[in-house]
Amino acid sequence: MIGELGHFALALGCILALVQAILPLIGAHRRDARLMALASPLAGAQLIAIASAFGALLWAFAVNDTTVSNVVLNSHSQKPLLYKFSGAWGNHEGSMVLWVLILALCGGAVAGFGRDLPSALQARVIGILGLIAAGFLGFIIFTSNPFERVWPPPMDGQGLNPILQDPGLAFHPPMLYLGYVGYAVTFAFAVAALLEGRVDAAWGRWVRPWSLAAWSFLTLGIALGSWWAYYELGWGGYWFWDPVENASLLPWLIGAALLHSAIVVEKRESLKIWTVLLAILAFGMSLLGTFLVRSGVLNSVHAFANDPARGVFILALLMAYVAGALALFAWRAPKLGGTGIFAPISREGGLVLNNLLLCSIAAVVLVGTLWPMFADILFGAKISVGAPFFNAATAPLAIPLVAAMALGPMLAWKRADLAGALQRLWWVGALAVASAFLTLLVAGYHVWPALGFAAAAWLIGAAAADILDRIAAFRRPSQAWNRARGLPRAAWGGAIAHAGVGVMFAGLAGMGLATDALVALKPGESTRLAGYEWRLERIRDVQGPNWSARRATVTVLDGARVVTVLEPEKRFFPVGRMNTTEAAIHTNALRDLYAVLGDERDGGGVLRLHHNPLAPWIWFGAVIMALGGGLSLSDRRVRVSAPSRKAATAPA
Amino acid sequence: MSDITPPKRPRRWMLYAPLGLAAAAGAGFYAMLQGLQDGSYDPRGVPSVLLGKPVPDFSLPALEGVDLPALAAADLRGPLPGPVLVNFWASWCAPCIIEHPQLMRLAREGIAVHGINYKDRVMEAGAFLQRHGNPYRRLGRDEPGRIAIDWGVYGVPETYLLDRQGMIRWRWAGPITADTLEKDLRPLLRRYA
Repeated sequence: MIGELGHFALALGCILALVQAILPLIGAHRRDARLMALASPLAGAQLIAIASAFGALLWAFAVNDTTVSNVVLNSHSQKPLLYKFSGAWGNHEGSMVLWVLILALCGGAVAGFGRDLPSALQARVIGILGLIAAGFLGFIIFTSNPFERVWPPPMDGQGLNPILQDPGLAFHPPMLYLGYVGYAVTFAFAVAALLEGRVDAAWGRWVRPWSLAAWSFLTLGIALGSWWAYYELGWGGYWFWDPVENASLLPWLIGAALLHSAIVVEKRESLKIWTVLLAILAFGMSLLGTFLVRSGVLNSVHAFANDPARGVFILALLMAYVAGALALFAWRAPKLGGTGIFAPISREGGLVLNNLLLCSIAAVVLVGTLWPMFADILFGAKISVGAPFFNAATAPLAIPLVAAMALGPMLAWKRADLAGALQRLWWVGALAVASAFLTLLVAGYHVWPALGFAAAAWLIGAAAADILDRIAAFRRPSQAWNRARGLPRAAWGGAIAHAGVGVMFAGLAGMGLATDALVALKPGESTRLAGYEWRLERIRDVQGPNWSARRATVTVLDGARVVTVLEPEKRFFPVGRMNTTEAAIHTNALRDLYAVLGDERDGGGVLRLHHNPLAPWIWFGAVIMALGGGLSLSDRRVRVSAPSRKAATAPA
Repeated sequence: MSDITPPKRPRRWMLYAPLGLAAAAGAGFYAMLQGLQDGSYDPRGVPSVLLGKPVPDFSLPALEGVDLPALAAADLRGPLPGPVLVNFWASWCAPCIIEHPQLMRLAREGIAVHGINYKDRVMEAGAFLQRHGNPYRRLGRDEPGRIAIDWGVYGVPETYLLDRQGMIRWRWAGPITADTLEKDLRPLLRRYA
């Protein structure tokens, strides 16, 4: 019964979304205030309908309702409650419901907090969001019904893929979707601007917080996914340039470009056409990812169960929204010409360079991801593009990007003094060179890690220099504290996010110096790796809630001192008849000691041991970036001078 | 350089470029989806540079303690009496256990299956075959994993199909599940029989 109610709520939401798409758009076109006024209540009603449907789905998973086929396929009565819930969105159908729920939340936020927006703009934005929601709700109802019944019901479910039963992965999809769907809002703003034929500073002030929020969530989502791969897949790697990973990186890169170019629109009323295009592309990339993951056109460890019929439907939606918006762009963009004029060496110029480099990296990743598929379909050639291509092709673009990232915030608007900025950064440059030489001296001839540490020092140093400069710490030290408190949070946020990138580079460079060993040990035996002694104490059986495991106990010693006791496991899940490896990781923030248990033989076990210097910094860096984004969002200027107080802080 | 003025009238065709690219990509994706349905497009077949070529030259020792002849490239040069499978495996690889029943079935049906034991210990490999059965006619031992590098092996298990002329026709990275056997391998075995 609850399932049918959920299904009905989805259908109701779809109709409401359709009405939400049509009436306000007609109203905005005809300047009919009554039709435009319908936008907000419709968005609210749609949100209630979708939330009910999602609640019904969660309920079906919570009580393990085995008459729902989705529950049977993805859940099991013995699973911990958290994974029953995460099972609800860990599969294709449920994740689509989560997707439209977040979209409805965004629509509700624009409706609720956007009362100060010009009414035509608000009606159009909500209308476009309704159009997107209607398409995806139609997709769910016609091809991916999450409430499909099975009769007679089986005794119990088949269980969630055990590799997905993990706290990191439970929150990975919601974070990613918050990011992807956040770009639906900037997309809606872009299309609304094209319909109106007008982009102004107020538009920029609205787009910036949404793109910031979406980007921050996407950063966290990608970081969670990469962290999960690091500790759960047990390969000791963190990024594999897998097509599905690339699919999430693309909107992140375009979104980062959007975030920066929206600043130029807001502050200088320039780069308008470009910003509108980026807003369309950021959402386009999000949809492209959805299509690639769910249609079966690519081969990936992360892909959902494939169904070409679904692929055709998503492709139709993708083309309708993105090609539709791009056609509108080609037709209407000439009306949006910018007014701000600036010299090549200026804050604007720096942001243009940032945009060009970020978009070039995105283009390289896009081509590398899609080329094997297109080569197959065009020439019948099976090729594979892997990490060597991506590393080689993105590094030459990343180096100038890092170099410019430090300089950009030092430049003035309109016309800047490059020599002056360089002068203020001389000590940072010296620090970067020193870091590179120190790395070569300590770790031997490793070029990329040395460059990575130089980049880290350069970015973190420049962020510090920027802040010190703004608060005049050296010129007027007595007032520095007051100036620091008075400094806009957006300035702090920007500097912190840039420093976060630096921290991440330090982590990447540290991982470049990682060492590992594959050893077969008997209990009591030990081996040496990275200056530590690793001693296998014993291997024994343990029982978990829905698994049994073999657990090894490895004592890591530094001389006579016990550093830590690692307990890697090999778990067996009887329900799915699957094994997973649980790596044991000990971190002290400066390095990870990482152990994986392999097969057992002759009373001993095969262990893979890793020493990963600075590994956690990769994810610290991502969290710092997201924090910088969040801090920037809480800026007084965003809250006060933007048409609404709260929308900026509302979850995207 | 003079000041950059954002062009008042951007060239119109440039504004159509994103639309054109998106439309071309859309057409390509549509072709892929059609290909998925009629079987002409398959993203899972991991490409191999060796497709359509004979196997690279090699000669591997036999596995001690297992009564099977060793494997060398000469054993895989055409003409062969029928299609041949070459399977890279190891006792420490869990998917190899999943795949094993399918190999056993093929061997019982008379298909020539040769094994290359990858980075393994003699005792373990022998015990594995004793416990799960031996599907192999010939078995080479690639302890350092050198041959696997020459073949471009992704990881174990991985299987190559050779036609009667000794040309590599198919490569499968990952376990041959019952589904793979029926949907992919059997049609190929019929084609190259």
